[in-house]
Amino acid sequence: MKYTKLAAASVTALMVATPVLADLVFPSLSYRTGPYAAGGGPYADGFADYFTLVNERDGGIGGVMASVPECETAYNTEKGVECYEATKGLGALAYNPLSTGITYQLIPKVTADDIPLYTPGYGRTSAANGKVFSHVFNFPANYWHGASLAVNHLKDVSGGDLADKKIVLLYHNSAYGKEPIRTLEDLSEKHGFEFLTVPVDHPGQEQKAQWLQIRRERPDFVIMYGWGVMNQVAVQEAANIRFPMENMIGIWWSGGDHDVTPAGDAANGYKAVSFHGVGSDYPVFDDIQKYVVDAGKAAGNGDHIGKAIYNRGVYAAMLLAESARTAQEIHDTADITSSMMRDGMEALEITEERMAELGMPGFGPAFKVSCENHGGPGTGAIQQWDAAAGTWSLITDYGPSDMEIIQPLIEEDSAAYAAENKIEERCN
Amino acid sequence: MPEQLLFAMEVTLNGLMAGVLYALVALGFVLIFKASGIFNYAQGVMALFAALTLVGIQQGQVPFAHLINAIFGTEVHHFPWQVPSLIAIVLAAAVMVLFAYLVEKYILQHLIGQPDIILFMATIGLAYFMEGFGDIMWGSDIKKLDVGLPQGMNMAIDEATYNWLGYGFFIDNLDIVATIVAAVLVTCLVIFSQYTKQGRALRAVADDHSAALSVGISLRFIWVLVWSIAGFVALVAGIMWGAKSGVQFSLSLIALKALPVLMLGGFTSIPGAIIGGLIIGVGEQLFEFAIGPMIGGATQNWFAYVLALIFLIFRPQGLFGEKIIERV
Amino acid sequence: MFYREAGDFKTSYRDDNQTFPIRLDRMGYYILMFVAFLVVPFFINDYWVNAVFVPFLIYAIAALGLNILTGYAGQVSLGTGGFMAVGAYACYKLMTGFPEVSIVIHILLAGGITAVVGVAFGLPSLRIKGFYLAVATLAAQFFLVWLFNKVPWFYNYSASGQITAPERSVFGVMVTGPNTEAWAKYMICLVFVVALAWVARNLTRGMMGRKWMGIRDMDIAAEIIGVNPLMAKMSAFAVSSFFVGIAGALFFSVYLGAAEASEAFGINKSFLILFMVIIGGLGSIFGSFAGAAFMVLMPVFLKNVLVGGLGWPTDLAAHFEFMIVGGLIVLFLIVEPHGLAQLWRLTKEKLRLWPFPH
Repeated sequence: MKYTKLAAASVTALMVATPVLADLVFPSLSYRTGPYAAGGGPYADGFADYFTLVNERDGGIGGVMASVPECETAYNTEKGVECYEATKGLGALAYNPLSTGITYQLIPKVTADDIPLYTPGYGRTSAANGKVFSHVFNFPANYWHGASLAVNHLKDVSGGDLADKKIVLLYHNSAYGKEPIRTLEDLSEKHGFEFLTVPVDHPGQEQKAQWLQIRRERPDFVIMYGWGVMNQVAVQEAANIRFPMENMIGIWWSGGDHDVTPAGDAANGYKAVSFHGVGSDYPVFDDIQKYVVDAGKAAGNGDHIGKAIYNRGVYAAMLLAESARTAQEIHDTADITSSMMRDGMEALEITEERMAELGMPGFGPAFKVSCENHGGPGTGAIQQWDAAAGTWSLITDYGPSDMEIIQPLIEEDSAAYAAENKIEERCN
Repeated sequence: MPEQLLFAMEVTLNGLMAGVLYALVALGFVLIFKASGIFNYAQGVMALFAALTLVGIQQGQVPFAHLINAIFGTEVHHFPWQVPSLIAIVLAAAVMVLFAYLVEKYILQHLIGQPDIILFMATIGLAYFMEGFGDIMWGSDIKKLDVGLPQGMNMAIDEATYNWLGYGFFIDNLDIVATIVAAVLVTCLVIFSQYTKQGRALRAVADDHSAALSVGISLRFIWVLVWSIAGFVALVAGIMWGAKSGVQFSLSLIALKALPVLMLGGFTSIPGAIIGGLIIGVGEQLFEFAIGPMIGGATQNWFAYVLALIFLIFRPQGLFGEKIIERV
Repeated sequence: MFYREAGDFKTSYRDDNQTFPIRLDRMGYYILMFVAFLVVPFFINDYWVNAVFVPFLIYAIAALGLNILTGYAGQVSLGTGGFMAVGAYACYKLMTGFPEVSIVIHILLAGGITAVVGVAFGLPSLRIKGFYLAVATLAAQFFLVWLFNKVPWFYNYSASGQITAPERSVFGVMVTGPNTEAWAKYMICLVFVVALAWVARNLTRGMMGRKWMGIRDMDIAAEIIGVNPLMAKMSAFAVSSFFVGIAGALFFSVYLGAAEASEAFGINKSFLILFMVIIGGLGSIFGSFAGAAFMVLMPVFLKNVLVGGLGWPTDLAAHFEFMIVGGLIVLFLIVEPHGLAQLWRLTKEKLRLWPFPH
């Protein structure tokens, strides 16, 4: 009897995944377990907390409550597929899977299902070309922008000239890590620096050979595209060989708080590229503290606020919420569908005034999305780690990246995708 | 001396040091395999769990805090105290002994006499269980492990070699410590197994289970003992690796680094584990140094296995493994 | 009582040799086939296909393949993930290189290519045995994944190294790509599963299967009575890899649609499939299916119950999922080391006698 009841309960649980009607649904395909849990947790917290804030403080978006059903992927593509199918039925408005592998998986699927896919700072870089990728958005910046921003900064600190400098790219040996190679090769031709690549295989626990190589090569700068344990070990090994930390610069996914804390004081001065504000010095975080954490509604236990990856989750949620608002305005209905959401994302305009209104003045660049450009302005700043204070701080303004190099690469890669999948260009 | 040769020497030295770390993980496998014929896949997760426990105790974390908070709606995270490193290590070792006892009582005892592959599978099941259990108990964020081990380049060696050869060698202080600890550990193990009653019993069991049983050695006690020792070895390995990367999930993957070492050294030999570790350490570092750049790098993961495979073709039981005698 | 062979007379050797000699089994099989081919496709939706049916069917093929090697021929392999990657990349190269040829042929060819690779990596098995061999196959696993990640030719020089399956159809019905209907995905996998299970069943009960089992039980003894160990082991590796390669090709083209070697075909895949084989039952066709079903359904089921049903936070649920799956594996091994297949046999035995105890 007991067993039949249990079985019946579980079967119902399997079939009905509690439909929440008349909500704006933003599924969070998160990962709080597995090798990348340390990055996935804060991001998912930030993402969920912002929507909770919008619900609690503003009574939802345009009067409709937002809901964020969470689904654990463990950074695994198969579970990602399962999560996508499980949450699709809830009326999902947009997906944000925080995994390049799952993104590649979903790009054709979301296009067929007419649901936008939002991949800020990750995923398929050439999706910035809205003419080919109608349903994928990766504003405000992507991997190639990141590489260019890093090089721009290195150029600035070397007095405007990178000729006869040597730059090493230390990268996670996967699709994600290989992304910036083409960009950096082109940039090395343009600026005349010597460029070397050093791969690290997953998971990256052991990097002795790589760092001995870097020590022998004596590069002026190291750019890092890492994720997971690779980041912590690389920062530690860099400190071990006494590589000057301020000459090492990571992409935003190598710029989390947990990436530098295990190395302690040795990590002081380490830099990373960022496309949004760091620290908790924005009014929005006071609101989150007041309306979400103190009310006991936080996704985590509230101790991630102000951390780089948490802020990124908040920023992504903010842009999605603003897109939903834009969609509501365009279609003149509060209860939008995923198709309307896509239009909203394509018409999104973020201004300084709007960000200030939201309690996030200067948190990110002001930009406007268009039919052709789904990738945003590609601007970003450099953040630096202060080990004594335990905080990141932005040391530059949001600067532009080298679109002269990046745009042709985007065109080329998206054209290849369009040819392979017989996609006709839009926006003409 | 030509520069390339100096580089190769540096790489070799560092390879030896890395090999010691591999051997440390492999040692845990060998101990259990020798005493009970079990290929313990959970060794890597044991290292993770031991390190998590150590950090948790040291920082006065409340075990299962996340679970307690989720169920009772409380906000407990830390006890108001911090435990000194040494005491924390002892306590963590005690937890590993308890763990060994429970594993014997609830798993091994019920699987006596099963084929090897079943026992192997059971340890994989155990590994899954411990992975989830460790996360629930201590949380899945990255923890900084600080028991006062020195880290960073050894300046004395750097200077000495610079004055002598004109190129300063890089040796990590942590690796030097690891080498010393490993040497002490192995010496203690040898003394223990040679000169104590329990040690002799251990060797008797390793030699022949049924004969050992018939002279009155308690197999159960020996198994608890050997799993405890393996747990302690896992703790040491967890400390050494955790000091580099912080304590986190990926620590459990170091088991994969130990497998080629085992193949090469033989599953049943402690000296095999150490020499195997050194060969793999040097081999993969030298290969990455010499051939790696030509074929794109990041070769360590597979080259270790290929190297071991080549050795195995010539000696199918590993370098120091027991000779396989087959009868019909 | 419910399950009996009484009154089931055979009048020819042909009848006696059929796959399901007991009438009840046979009827069960026909009903199953009827449901699988003519009922399920009409009721299936995207969620069930992508979360349950397609992974189950594909893993069943891979488990069948590994079971042939490990369960029947006694060669433990941890290279399954790498061999699946071979199947996937072979399929991708064929699909993009010869778009006019049917995908079914591509998938079969991908299996063939994997068989060749499998034989090459199986050669050490002539000298290396037991766990040493298991660890040696890991060399194949790591090397193959590294190779597919490193050589741009395999992923057609795309910027990121991901491979994406183009749209292909069978008899005018789309089977790969995003616009595939749920039932089409299901059907193509089902057809492959049924055909391959039929092949596996007949191979393992024929001469080849007996040779494999001879080698498994004691290779020296088998050699003495005239089994050629080279041929037996190599054929086991070839057939097993063929199955695994087809599973890999379907996994990439039909199920995932896009893949990256290190992520989709990593070492975890090898372990997962080994779990399926052992939990299901070594040396059993039914066991391969039972094991695959268990390992695919269990996590989905647990997740839905814990998160969907009980409303737990996802991270706690995920951790508990690990504990429960691990605990169940250990429990299964303690209760029934011969796997689900043996449990099924015991159940049948009980049903045969029921309600009488003896």
